[in-house]
Amino acid sequence: MTRYQAHEQGLTGLKLMAKIREFERRMPLLSEEGLIRGSTHPSLGMEAIAVGVSLALTDGDAIASTHRGHAHTLAKGADFGRTMAEILGRSDGYCGGKGGSMHIGVKEIGVLGTNGIVGAGIGIATGAALASKQKGDRTVAVSYFGDGASNQGVLAEAFNLAAIWKLPVLFVLENNHYAQSASVEDMVAQPDLSRRGEAYGVPSFNGDGMNLPEVFALTDAAVSRARAGEGPTLLVFDTYRYLGHMAGDTEIYRSADEVETAKKNDPIANLLEQLINAGVVTQEEWETMTKQIFEEVEAAEQFARNSPFPGVSEAFADVYAKGSSE
Amino acid sequence: MNAEMKEMVTWRALNASLHQILEDHPEAFVLGEDITTWGTGGGTYGVTRGLLKKYGRERVLDTPISEEVLLSAVAAAAARGTRPILEIMYSDFAFLGFDGIINQAAKARYMFGGQFDTPVVIRTNGGSGIGKAAQHSQSLETLFAHIPGLEVVVPGTPGDAYGLLRTAAASDNPTIFLEHKNQYYDRGPVGTDPIPFGQARVAREGAHATVVATQQILAYSLQAAEELAAEGIEIEVIDPRTLYPFDMDAVYASVGKTRHLVVGHEAVRDYGWGAEFVAQAVEAAWDKLDAAPVRVGGARVPIPYSQVLEEAVIPSKDDIISAVKRTLC
Ligand SMILES: Cc1ncc(C[n+]2csc(CCOP(=O)(O)OP(=O)(O)O)c2C)c(N)n1
Repeated sequence: MTRYQAHEQGLTGLKLMAKIREFERRMPLLSEEGLIRGSTHPSLGMEAIAVGVSLALTDGDAIASTHRGHAHTLAKGADFGRTMAEILGRSDGYCGGKGGSMHIGVKEIGVLGTNGIVGAGIGIATGAALASKQKGDRTVAVSYFGDGASNQGVLAEAFNLAAIWKLPVLFVLENNHYAQSASVEDMVAQPDLSRRGEAYGVPSFNGDGMNLPEVFALTDAAVSRARAGEGPTLLVFDTYRYLGHMAGDTEIYRSADEVETAKKNDPIANLLEQLINAGVVTQEEWETMTKQIFEEVEAAEQFARNSPFPGVSEAFADVYAKGSSE
Repeated sequence: MNAEMKEMVTWRALNASLHQILEDHPEAFVLGEDITTWGTGGGTYGVTRGLLKKYGRERVLDTPISEEVLLSAVAAAAARGTRPILEIMYSDFAFLGFDGIINQAAKARYMFGGQFDTPVVIRTNGGSGIGKAAQHSQSLETLFAHIPGLEVVVPGTPGDAYGLLRTAAASDNPTIFLEHKNQYYDRGPVGTDPIPFGQARVAREGAHATVVATQQILAYSLQAAEELAAEGIEIEVIDPRTLYPFDMDAVYASVGKTRHLVVGHEAVRDYGWGAEFVAQAVEAAWDKLDAAPVRVGGARVPIPYSQVLEEAVIPSKDDIISAVKRTLC
């Protein structure tokens, strides 16, 4: 990658990270207002992974996301307004209000859904990669999952299957150090999670999940190998979530100090500093951009708030394929 | 009933029950995801609060997110002489470990000729009503009740939650204990005794029609009873409390009096447990019925997210009222 490309991508990535953060910052507020039902899981602090990975993908590639999946979906190219409308259960949402925060799928950009079942995406991305191989379309599939999800049994089967069949799949493990309230130290005996890939013959790498260029570079290399038919890769990114697991989390399992310290290594601030030092952007230009980002997300929220609720008959549609049992 | 009755909300009743169970059975232990470090230190709905402090890490275990191994491991741990009480955060997640529950725990006793008991309790919650959408809101009781070897408990009040959980813990069978996620804050009287399985409770007496219902639909049925009473229709509301074993005698007795039967549940109506109750009533008490029984149940769709849609697929109080009127006319 040339220096010029790095900076182009850097600026795109920086803006996208900031826009996603502005979006996610609003989740607890909308929850408190009673506009979001059930639960929603914001990912402030983790933006560099979703954005860095997505910059290495095309619309044709697929992702399987998690309960904490807005960033993955938005970074893959989902419209902010329609995503927000889904989270608010409105008719303009991608799933017409049937899915909500934990079940957002966007077929045209390969988003195979955020998912309410922890670890489910590991199997789903493996299946998407299997389809790619069957069809020979050279697309790749990405599974995002957490340190908590890495303890699910499906991981063992998926790693082995992907490795023996050389499936074009990237297993992206976001280690934010907690699974709900359980710390990775308490729940995983082998602290180097990349060893789990190696054990199954899946090439595995550790990366700094607070550093977008690093996330991009590791992903780009894994995507190239996958497209060339060389099989799966495990990428383990170290990161941190700034907010609680979900709105209303008492966070008795971690200290405020720990959170404050983690915030000092912020992916957005890190990249901004790099880009300012490289002369790609000035502080003033950045301030103008952030105002614009605020306006764009504000507009997305207004779009969602103004979207009507779905009609009741929608509740009964789409259980079966058209023309069959319905 | 019991001498000492106290008013309590459901989660507290369950909590009190667990405290008593760990006291009564030295071989019992409690395990599950986030059960000591979430919220106020008592899991997602507070049910395990204070257990760690009192009983320590040997008997109160936080687990990784590993439903598959946990559900089979507790079966074997039980066969080796312990009494595991496993919390599955939402019943939907039990699907990850169906082999453990259905192929192992439920069958071990039978297929090994009665040598092994598997006294495990799987505590979990089902049901809709709070916008948790398709993967956190299913009502799976029928599915479990279909499996020979499992006991299935569906408490509908804080008192039943307390007493039935104590019986579940003492049972030598694998027991699925299904709480309702929208009833953790329901308040009611709680006694100190265990409540036996297979004994239905008459929640309200009436002369004109029998309504058999559980959990949230039981609550709706009691509301429906008030409205119907204002019109001069008195329904008898029966809560089966356990779906296996189940108390058909209570249903026969009630139908003998009212000659009309409605069965209501939140689980999908088609192929639901209501069909089983209706079938048994028709087979055994055909001559006691003056009209065809009516089933009320969830629509045959996954639970949608948006409130307008969720409400449309779950039976309401009005659905109970119209079902009663249909069978009466
Ligand atoms: C199969 C299953 N078990 C448990 C849960 C409840 N749950 C939701 S998120 C979560 C923690 C997931 O942790 P991790 O995979 O590390 O992702 P993170 O939340 O840190 O992004 C748990 C236990 C679930 N949704 N699905």
